[in-house]
Parts: sequence; C-alpha cells; structure tokens
Amino acid sequence: MITAGIDCGAKNTKVVIRRDGEVIAKSLVLSGFDQKAAAGEALEMALKEANLSKKDIEHITATGVGMKEAPFADDTITEVGSVAKGTVFLFPNARTVIDVGAEEGRAIRADGTGKVIDFAINEKCAAGAGAFTEAMARALEVPLEKMGEFSLKSQNAVPMNAQCAIFAESEVVSLIHAKTPKEDIVRAVHDAIASRITSMVRRVGIEKEVALVGGVARNVGFVKSMKDDLELEMLIPEDPEFVGALGAAIAAAENR
Amino acid sequence: MSEVKKYKTEALKTWQKAKELRQKYYRDYATAHERGGLRWTGGAWCFDAIPAGLGDDVYPITGEPYAASCAFNKPFSTECLEATEKRGWARDLCSYMRNYWGSMYLDKFAFGGKYPKPDFAFQNHICCSHAKWYQHVAEYEGIPYFCFDVTVGPYSELDENRLVYLVNQLHEAIEWLEKTTGREYDDEKLIQAVYNECRATTLWAEICCLNRNIPAPLEEKTMYSLYVFGTLQKASKEVADFYEELRDEVKYRVENQIAAVPTERCRLMSDTQPPWGFLSVFRYLEKFGALSVGSLYTFGLIGIWEDKPDGSWGPRTTPQEEGIKIETRDQALRILADWNLSKPEWQHFYDPQLKSEMMIRIAKEWKLDGVMLHYNRGCEGLSLGIAENRLALQEAGFPVMVFEGNMGDEREFDFARTMSRIDAFMETLELKQLEP
Amino acid sequence: MSQEYWRWKEYNWRDEKIDWKEAETITAGVDVGSVSSQTVVMTDGKLFAYSNMRTGSDSPDSARKAMDWALEGTGMKLEAIKYVVGTGYGRVNVPFAQKAITEIACHARGGNMMYGPTVRTILDMGGQDCKAIHCDERGKVTNFLMNDKCAAGTGRGMEVFADLLAVPIEDVGELSFEVDEEPEPVSSTCVVFAKSEATALLRQGWPKSKVLAAYCSAMAHRVFTLLERIGVEKDFAITGGIAKNAGVVRRLEKEVDMKPLTSNYDTQIAGAIGAALFAKALLEKSRK
Repeated sequence: MITAGIDCGAKNTKVVIRRDGEVIAKSLVLSGFDQKAAAGEALEMALKEANLSKKDIEHITATGVGMKEAPFADDTITEVGSVAKGTVFLFPNARTVIDVGAEEGRAIRADGTGKVIDFAINEKCAAGAGAFTEAMARALEVPLEKMGEFSLKSQNAVPMNAQCAIFAESEVVSLIHAKTPKEDIVRAVHDAIASRITSMVRRVGIEKEVALVGGVARNVGFVKSMKDDLELEMLIPEDPEFVGALGAAIAAAENR
Repeated sequence: MSEVKKYKTEALKTWQKAKELRQKYYRDYATAHERGGLRWTGGAWCFDAIPAGLGDDVYPITGEPYAASCAFNKPFSTECLEATEKRGWARDLCSYMRNYWGSMYLDKFAFGGKYPKPDFAFQNHICCSHAKWYQHVAEYEGIPYFCFDVTVGPYSELDENRLVYLVNQLHEAIEWLEKTTGREYDDEKLIQAVYNECRATTLWAEICCLNRNIPAPLEEKTMYSLYVFGTLQKASKEVADFYEELRDEVKYRVENQIAAVPTERCRLMSDTQPPWGFLSVFRYLEKFGALSVGSLYTFGLIGIWEDKPDGSWGPRTTPQEEGIKIETRDQALRILADWNLSKPEWQHFYDPQLKSEMMIRIAKEWKLDGVMLHYNRGCEGLSLGIAENRLALQEAGFPVMVFEGNMGDEREFDFARTMSRIDAFMETLELKQLEP
Repeated sequence: MSQEYWRWKEYNWRDEKIDWKEAETITAGVDVGSVSSQTVVMTDGKLFAYSNMRTGSDSPDSARKAMDWALEGTGMKLEAIKYVVGTGYGRVNVPFAQKAITEIACHARGGNMMYGPTVRTILDMGGQDCKAIHCDERGKVTNFLMNDKCAAGTGRGMEVFADLLAVPIEDVGELSFEVDEEPEPVSSTCVVFAKSEATALLRQGWPKSKVLAAYCSAMAHRVFTLLERIGVEKDFAITGGIAKNAGVVRRLEKEVDMKPLTSNYDTQIAGAIGAALFAKALLEKSRK
C-alpha cells in the first residue's frame, strides 16, 4: 500500500511517501505565496524520487496551516494530530511531543497509539517559533544554519528581557553595543525561545519520553537550551521537519 | 463513525418576543424623560429591585450588557475603544468598561442617536473595575453616585454580621435615593420587585436544568440572547413573566425531544463571557455535531441555585414557594441580600477551587463530553483562576480546550487560529465535520 | 539570499560649495538608532555633510563608521570638529562625543530647523519606535509620547513587509496606490502576525499592491491613534525613514486631516541635525 502525507507549513511544504510502512521518498520546497503550486511541486519532487506517478498513491492526507490548498489531498488532519502520530511512530515511548515550526510552537501529550490527549499552541507570540531565530540571525548577520554551533561556543548566559520578537532585535543591538560576544547573544536568543516553549510544555504536563520535532530541532543551540531548561534528554528524529508529513502519511494509510 | 442521528428541530417560538422585549428595554431607557420618568446606570449585578421602589417609571441601563451590544458591533466598538484610549486609559482594563466609556465620550448610543445621560448611578462593587467604572461616569456626566460593597465572602460562610453589613448599606441606599430623586419610596414596590427577582432567577435556573436533556432544547449562543434579560432588569415583572413563558416552551421542547442542534452528538460547555464579536464560533461547532449547552457563566450569573434533596443542582426555592410573606422593608432587603449573595457566579471571586467544583458539577450533571475555556483578557473577575479550573476539569476526566481572546476587544481575538484549535480539539474527540 | 528587499540604500552627501576651512564653528551630531545611524556635520550652523547607514550588528563602532563616511572625500578629519553631540538609542556608544542628548530633544530641534519655527507637532517614525513630539517656536520640547509595546507603525515593520512581498522598500509607497479602492486595513496589531495575515491574503489571490495598501493603512491608523492621544497642533511634520513612504504618509494625512510640512532636508537626519545644532550652541556657550 502506498500513501502520501503533505505538510503545508508556513515556511516549507514537505511531502513523505510511504510504501507498506516504510518511507520511500520525501521532498521539501518553500511554501511561498502560492501554496497550491508549492504543494504540487513538492509532490512532483517526491514522486520523482520514488519513481512513481500520482495514480500509484492510494491516499493522500494533508496537514499544516495551508492544508486546504493541497487540491489533490483526499482529506486533512490537523498539525497537532499529524505530529503526534508521526512522533509516536518514530519513538513508540514518546508521550510528550514538542513541535517547533516556523510560526507556531506546539506541546502535545499523546498516548501509545499516537492519539492526542491534550495540547497547547503558542499564542500570539512569535518569540516561541522559528521565525524568531530567523529574525535574530538576520539582526546578528549570522547565517541561520550556523546559529546552533555558534551558540554552543558561548561561555556565558546573558538574560534577554524582551518578550517580543521585534523588540528582541533592539535588545540584540544593545547587547552588541555593550560589546557582548556574539556567541553569548546567539545563546541568549535560544534561551529565550526555549524558556517560552518550556513554559508552554509545562502547561500540558511533562510525561517521559519527551520528543522534540520540527525544523527548529535542527538547531543544536536551541536543543541545548531546551535540555538545560527541561533538565532531561529529548528524543530527536533524524529529519525533524518531516514528522508532520510522516504523520499525515500514516493517517492516510489509516483512512483509506 | 456510525450513522449520525438526526433529531427534530424547531425555531424558538418566544424568540420574537425576546427581541421585542430587549428593544423595548433600551427604548424605555432612552425615552424615559419624555414620560417624566427616571433613568439610572449601574452594573448588571446591582440590585435593581431597590430603585424599583421609586416608581414604575424608573428605567435602568446596565453597563455590561450594553457594552456587549457595543462589542457585537465591531466598527462601533473600535471607535469606542479608541476614544477611551485617546484619553490615556490602558488597553488591559476591563473591555466592557472601555466600550461603555467610549460610547459616553463619543455621545453615541449603540442603538442609534445620542447617549442618553442617566440621572444617577447606582452600583455595587463586585470587582476593581466596577468600583471605578461608574465613579468615572458620574464625574464625567456630573450625576449623583451611590455604591455599596458586597464583598462579604462566599455564601457558605455567610453569617448574621456579614448579612447585616450588606443590608445596612441597602437601607442607606434607599435613603440616598429618596433624597437624590426627591421621590417618596414605596416599600410595597420593593417587596414586589424582590418577589419578581426571585421568580425570574429561579425560572432561569429551571430553564438551564432542562438543558440536561439529550438532545438539548437550547444551545448557548441562543441562550445568550435569553439570559440577558436577567442582566437587564431581573426585578421586573415583565422579565419574570417572560421567563415563565420561555420555561413553558422549553419544557414542551424537552417533552417532544425537539433539539437545538439536530445532529447533536457532542455536548460541551464554555466559560467566561464569549468573544461577543465572534459568536460564529458556536455555529462552527455545529458543523461537527457539537454544541455548547451552557456554562457556569450562563447558568450562574443570573440563575440562583441550591442543592436539591437528590443531590443534584437545581433552582433555588423562592420565598413565595416557601410560603414566606414579605411585610417590611428590612425583611425585603434581608431576603434580597441573601438571595443575591448566593449567586454562583459570585462565589468563585473568592477561590478558584469553588469555581472548579461548580464547573465539574455541571459537566457531570449535564453529561458533557468536553469543555471550551475562553481565556478572556477582558475580564479579570471571570478569568481569575481559569488555568486552575482547566487543570481541575482535566483531572476530573473532561477534555478541555482553551482559546485566547477578549470579550469586548476584537483586536485581541484571532479568528483563524481559534478555528484551527477547534479543529484540533474535535480531532482529539474523534469528530470529523459532518457532510452538509 | 538573493536580493534583500528590505535593504534601503545607504548614502552620504556633502555640500561642494562650502569650504569648511573658512568656518568658525564646526560641529557634528551623531544619531545612532537601533536600525539606522546618521552623522551630520555643520559649519557655522549650515549643513555641510552627512551620512545615513544601517547601524548593523557587527560593531559598536557604528558611530565611528557613520562619521568617517560623512567625512569621506571632504578632507576634514574628526579633530576638526570642535563639538560632537551623540543621540539616539546607541548614544552611549559615541566615544568621541562631548555630550549625549535624548533623541526627543534632538528631533524637536532638528525639526524646527528643517520645517521652520511654525512647526508644533513632529511625528518621528523611526526604525523601532514612533514618537509624537510637541514643541514651541524655538524647537524646545513641550510634550511627547512614544508608541506603546508595539513595532507596528515603525520602520522595522515596514522592512519585514517589503521582504515578505519581495518589493524593494523604496517602491512600497507608490505600489500601495495601485489599487482600485482602499482595502480594509490588516487587523493584526502585531507585525509578526500581520505577516501571516498578509501571507493568507496573498494566497487568496490579493495582488501585492492591495496587501501593501492594507498594511500601510493599518500602519497609518496605528500611528494616528498615537497622535490622537497627544493631539495634533498646526503645523505638523513627519521625520524618520517612514516619512519617505508615501503609502503611509498620504493615508496618515487623510486621518489627521492636515497636510504635513515638507523640507528639502532628508527626513532621516532630523535627529542628527538637532544634535549638531545643540553641539553648536554648547560650543558657543563654552567659548564665552
């Protein structure tokens, strides 16, 4: 049985194709303004990698903020649902899932079947999501991919007071003017997001094992800040940004 | 998912009457002077039975429902809010108060025409905002102002001292009203008003109890337009009579299994005031066969309740039903005070635990499948402890979802995101949208 | 990243006609903002040279860089400047300044020179904050108010939008008028969420011009509510980077119902001009 899941995220659109429970292809494209086109493109790319055509796919389920724009999807599943499914599939012991995407951070409690028991979504505050690191990376003129390793070099925890992503930028500028080493500032940025995310996680309660997924999980600096805050190890998948699409593909198999 | 059951449904026959009654209320207030009558402003929790003793031509306008009407009209509300902010008031103050003040500053009445200036302000202090709200109105409009303090603690701890503390203020209030209006106070009218209030509020509780039925005869969005009368003038005979008529119709609906939502398969309750500019949230639920059957807010702000012999929550027995004949002013005031202090919505201002207990009780007795909590930035009193309520409800085994917003400030409500949260919550309850 | 749409042009300028060696007083003002920095050099109270560049992240030496750039090609060295006043967010990091003065005072003083003694209300729409300033005929501050908790109505917000829509920031204004009718302003107060609102609109098929119109409209209105709190007294002027954005300015004019004064000077150097004028006054006082 071949199914596909498509995650139309705020920044990136991801597709995962599965055959009989195994991932055989995946793709990622920028969502941009034309979500429909991006969805089509992502699917084409994945199909090419799998050497399949669209009619080979028995069922496609869409998730993500732009899920309604994927015209070829047979049904949809919310991000909370898809991420829970995908994570528990990868880590059967995971009971608390932290998903940090471009624009939203989510904390999910799931049971052993991947069913959602409770969830919290960051509310109205971009300083708990990937967009924040991007904005800070730009303000600091550090490439986004390098932010992680940069902050690991830091020897000092510098507190960041600003709540707001926009004002955090001026705080960063003032830290620079105070001649704070760049590594410490980058770390402060990661600490700030981590503290926002962990307070959200505590709202749903922490039950081991804890998994961290979503694109921002690739940021080793952010991961360290989270670890320090939660005081426990987290399970992180190899391709953290694909967990939603994976979950959708699993849902597709269940729904067909 | 198994086949969806379809119940009978019918529009509410008393709906038209409700609309007319509400329009009449605001019209009477606006035109009071033309008939030589008086008009006053105060909170919905204020004891409107007391000014009723001044005559049959005394009309109130209560701040919260009026402000909710302002908030319902989004462009008008934004104007009001900005007018208030222009004067330097902070945005995190009570959003009802900001809407009301804005209407006053702009001299615009939400129902058309100019803002009809009240003759006096009569108010009780239920929260910090209420304490200042009408003081400011009185200063701005240059009208006399009387307020009394009701903070005597939860009803379960009421004793003679605390009751008398309140009753003495009510005696003072009557003297003040006489002096201020130059009218002679009529105790008989007070007594009738107290009887009316007891009848009206107990009838409303009875109506809420009827919603225990599966399928529910009423759903919460509709109930907002019905419970409102208890916030406008609960001590009036018209309101009590209307609730009797409504109670009879709802009973009829229960007897004939007439549902508010024909596809009812998921019963929820909400809490705190809804985002008045976005009541469509409740209609969205219906797409899933879900509905809100009420809330502690809708049941307990107007309804007066007591523990029934079988352990369930039910409408409080009125003095009339107990065979009590009110003969003096003091007796009337004592009964009025005791009656109001037992208001459920008042209890949880003292301890979130009290609110949790009441909410869990409703969830059990009304056989609910989940709860939707509005983290309402616009009301400090009702939001107090709501995060604890969420935890308590979850511990009691009820699925809970939260959404952030503001009952009276639409700038703080994210419609799209709230809809997607409802989608996620419905998913956890394993409900998909029904085919249209 | 290919083109950076938010990156507005940095530049310097000097008055070729002035021979600075003949000047009696040479003073300078350096305005180090959170987004941009300007240096203004004055000879005998007349504008001689200036620079306007991004404050950047790499060094606390933005002040020095701005100064060097202003002096570039003039033959003048820093030592020739007898009094420097620093202002702006980073005014503490102007090591060569003799004094630091708040940007409120400097904007009022600079606005007075740029727009003349009739100006009474100056709206500075800066990189990260918005200031509404009341001043008297001498450019002395009588009252002021700053934006509250929020970047909507600031340059940074506009940069975010230009980037999102891939429109060079200088073109935003004109493009926002290519609409048949004014759309509803974006409802989100927060720039970050206005961004997702805008993305949703684009996906619905809105052309960029309409999205920009909605955003400029929201920004103008947001700033207007700030102005309302302090009142707009004639004459009215707008300084800062956003003053160059017709999309916001024309819409704001409509709401204020007053045409702002215009100036030949670059609106972004108002703070630095004021600082340079203060420097001149302080220099003359010290010489007495």
